[in-house]
Amino acid sequence: MAAATPAGAVAELKPQTPADAARGAGPDVASFTLANGLQVVVIPDRRAPVVTHMIWYKVGSADESPGVSGIAHFLEHLMFKGTAKHPAGEFSHVVAELGGQENAFTSYDYTSYFQRVAREHLKTVMAFEADRMTGLQLTDEVVNPERDVILEERRSRVDGDPSSQLGEAVAAALFVNHPYGTPIIGWEHEIEKLDRHDAIAFYERFYTPNNAILVVAGDVDAEEVRGLAEETYGKVERRVDLGPRVRPREPEPRAARRVRLADPRVTQPSLQRNYLAPSYETATGDEAYALDLLSQIMGGGSTSRIYRALVVERGVAANAGAWYYGDALDEGRFAIYAIPRAGVPLADLEAAIDEELARFMAEGPTEAELDRAKTRLIADTIYAQDSQATLARIYGASLATGGTIEEVQAWPARIRAVTSGAVRDVARAVLDPRRSVTGELLSAPAPERLAAE
Amino acid sequence: MSSASTAAAPQAHVTRIQRVAASHGAEAWLVEENTVPVVAVEVAFRGGSAQDPAELPGVVGLMAALLDEGAGELRAETFQETLEEKAIELSFSSNRDAVTASLRTLPENLDEAFGLLSLALSRPRFDDDAVERIGSQLSAQLRRDALDPEDLAGRTFFAEAFPGHPYGRPPRGTVESLAAIGRQELLGAHRRLITRDNIVIGAVGAVSPERLAGLVDRLLADLPEAASLIAVPTVAPAAIGRTEIVTLDVPQTSIVFGRSGPLRNDDDFIPAYVANHILGGGSFSSRLFTEVREKRGLAYSVYSYLSPYDHAGMFLGGVATRNDRAGQSIDLIQAEIRRMATEGPTPKELDGARKYLIGSYALRFDTSTKIANQLVHLQLDELGIDYVARRNDLVAAVTEDDVRAAARKLFGDGELLVVAVGQPTGLPGARVRPAPGSAESHAPAIVTARG
Repeated sequence: MAAATPAGAVAELKPQTPADAARGAGPDVASFTLANGLQVVVIPDRRAPVVTHMIWYKVGSADESPGVSGIAHFLEHLMFKGTAKHPAGEFSHVVAELGGQENAFTSYDYTSYFQRVAREHLKTVMAFEADRMTGLQLTDEVVNPERDVILEERRSRVDGDPSSQLGEAVAAALFVNHPYGTPIIGWEHEIEKLDRHDAIAFYERFYTPNNAILVVAGDVDAEEVRGLAEETYGKVERRVDLGPRVRPREPEPRAARRVRLADPRVTQPSLQRNYLAPSYETATGDEAYALDLLSQIMGGGSTSRIYRALVVERGVAANAGAWYYGDALDEGRFAIYAIPRAGVPLADLEAAIDEELARFMAEGPTEAELDRAKTRLIADTIYAQDSQATLARIYGASLATGGTIEEVQAWPARIRAVTSGAVRDVARAVLDPRRSVTGELLSAPAPERLAAE
Repeated sequence: MSSASTAAAPQAHVTRIQRVAASHGAEAWLVEENTVPVVAVEVAFRGGSAQDPAELPGVVGLMAALLDEGAGELRAETFQETLEEKAIELSFSSNRDAVTASLRTLPENLDEAFGLLSLALSRPRFDDDAVERIGSQLSAQLRRDALDPEDLAGRTFFAEAFPGHPYGRPPRGTVESLAAIGRQELLGAHRRLITRDNIVIGAVGAVSPERLAGLVDRLLADLPEAASLIAVPTVAPAAIGRTEIVTLDVPQTSIVFGRSGPLRNDDDFIPAYVANHILGGGSFSSRLFTEVREKRGLAYSVYSYLSPYDHAGMFLGGVATRNDRAGQSIDLIQAEIRRMATEGPTPKELDGARKYLIGSYALRFDTSTKIANQLVHLQLDELGIDYVARRNDLVAAVTEDDVRAAARKLFGDGELLVVAVGQPTGLPGARVRPAPGSAESHAPAIVTARG
């Protein structure tokens, strides 16, 4: 079924590895900072007279205070509810009339709003976006129905899907101290209590030009964007100075954990294991680059080790793979998953995975494997240049999690420089059972019905 | 806010769509584009899962999924490694009406990429181990989706709407049918569909027309001449006016609704498209979005769209809402559909819809992959190579009377086939049945027993 494009999708309930891997040098990227502290990034793409305009706030669900989980995402929805200058719906109405597309998303470390419009309308969307940076006005009349919308969103994403429920349990077990263990969308019982005051408090604390990054990709040049930005965002006063983003850090993990979800609605069991891993931001050396290669070699597609061993050679799994989520301000995650073939117990899959991991940790990758993985990841950065929206997301996500433009551009070279020894070493360091949570999704008998329909 | 300037955006591309004549009467459409070092190619063959034999649904889908799992002398592992070594992206998929190949490569690997595409299309191996492996993979996906509320609603909807018609059969097959498909059935489906006279090609990137013609000629040389497609009757969906409840123990009801709609080449397709856009189309200001989500918070997701299949035009929509609000939600949606049928759009709505549809058309052409996809669909739909240049004028020319007439025809008496999965209340007169297999704990049979 074709999906709708509702406002305020939580884009990254599950970390997406392709976007992670698809960092790229791209074209001549320019950057400057306005007097009020807003960082501006311009990515030229002259192929069509359209622009992608994104504002990234360096605030996400992991910046929420205890007890108000979901407020970052709730505020993202409420940002469409009007300002002193523009009543609710006007911005969206104008974007639609311009033939533009818009949306927004919330992640652990950032919240982003974007519009895609013809180039001559760039200033219009910049003016609206700048206006709602500090001008939001909320009433209970619009806030209360929107809370119901979010509860429905949570029901769709989580309540109807046992594997999402397991995903929440795995994350909660993996992060024993860091707020990454709390779902981006929030826990239901806390969402139910969120109100206008929570939203405004969060807004006033984090929405300010000096806590945002403007990314404009498309048929523009830096000087043009600078002029437009001065006229629009440049007029927004910084309203708060934020200190460094310090969230509770994870202790060194000591115990392998296991969570199991059994539900009558599970019709296909599955196994996943998450490991606490360094991110691009927390890594001290080239571990994050090595982890991207490790995930490609172990579980990136049908030539990968896990797929070959479990799906092709042993025939115990219907599918299997791995991913690495490294675009995090604090710890990242490395994960392996497998779907059993009919009748195969999860324990068999797990034993096979452990054997493959042990072999890899002993031997490391072959040169051919490493070369293939590098070719693949570097090609992704070239393919990314075909999409201005993708480039805008790559830069925005990286900068909002502590990266720099130089790091994004140097990414292919850094990948190329990773040695097989480094990949083996990072596997040994990260794929330690004590750093892991294993999640099992199982079917269960239905509870007996007390009454018929 | 002038729409004239935004309308120019796709024109920039249309001046560059070239018709590249190939051998055997075939042709490819090309947008030559040298600024980004990528070539994207899409190739489609008419006749998707609707070409499955009645007793063996899923053959075409499995056949498509196996095309990159070994071809010619290359077994699956070698084939995949060859792709990986050059970072060539090649994948195959199918829907009800077509089988599609998508190729993306760096220009320096274009010859090899096209060679692998040709090999996959002309000489797939269908090795027993690959058939078994990919069959298991697709079966696992079917099992995973068996009790997914939205998926279950969609499958039930099509089974009810198209009884005895190929569109009523599960396009991905069933766990049983996939297990019963062997090499012979796959070879048969391949021979019937993947042919020269049935191919449509779109290419975008750093490749000249001459070079593309040569590549396409070599591809065609290896394919058999003529397809042999089963005739699929064009029908209207059945069961309109009926409400089906599939009970499932979830707090939210997933609803799919729909009725007949125009075919792609019907004269009133564009006015109907505009009418639907105003009702429930893809911006944040549709009537359904406003009434169901914005004003009342009944749902996160509510939408409608036209789905012009080759052999049935459809108006379709969906909503997911708390069980105790299901009746209220569908009543509201139906009231809006009826209001659109009787009153049509306001002048302001029509103006806004035209501006949106005209202005946003350019965004369908902003990556090579998307352009290649458009080139193929323009051909599959037989809209003509000049359609991109004409399309915004067609939208601009739509009058209030056109939309009113199209809405009256499209939405008629507002009767719908409604399928609701969950534990909905407020749906009087519905037929109720349990979700297949939900009373037991497992059984692969779940997927087939959906009725």
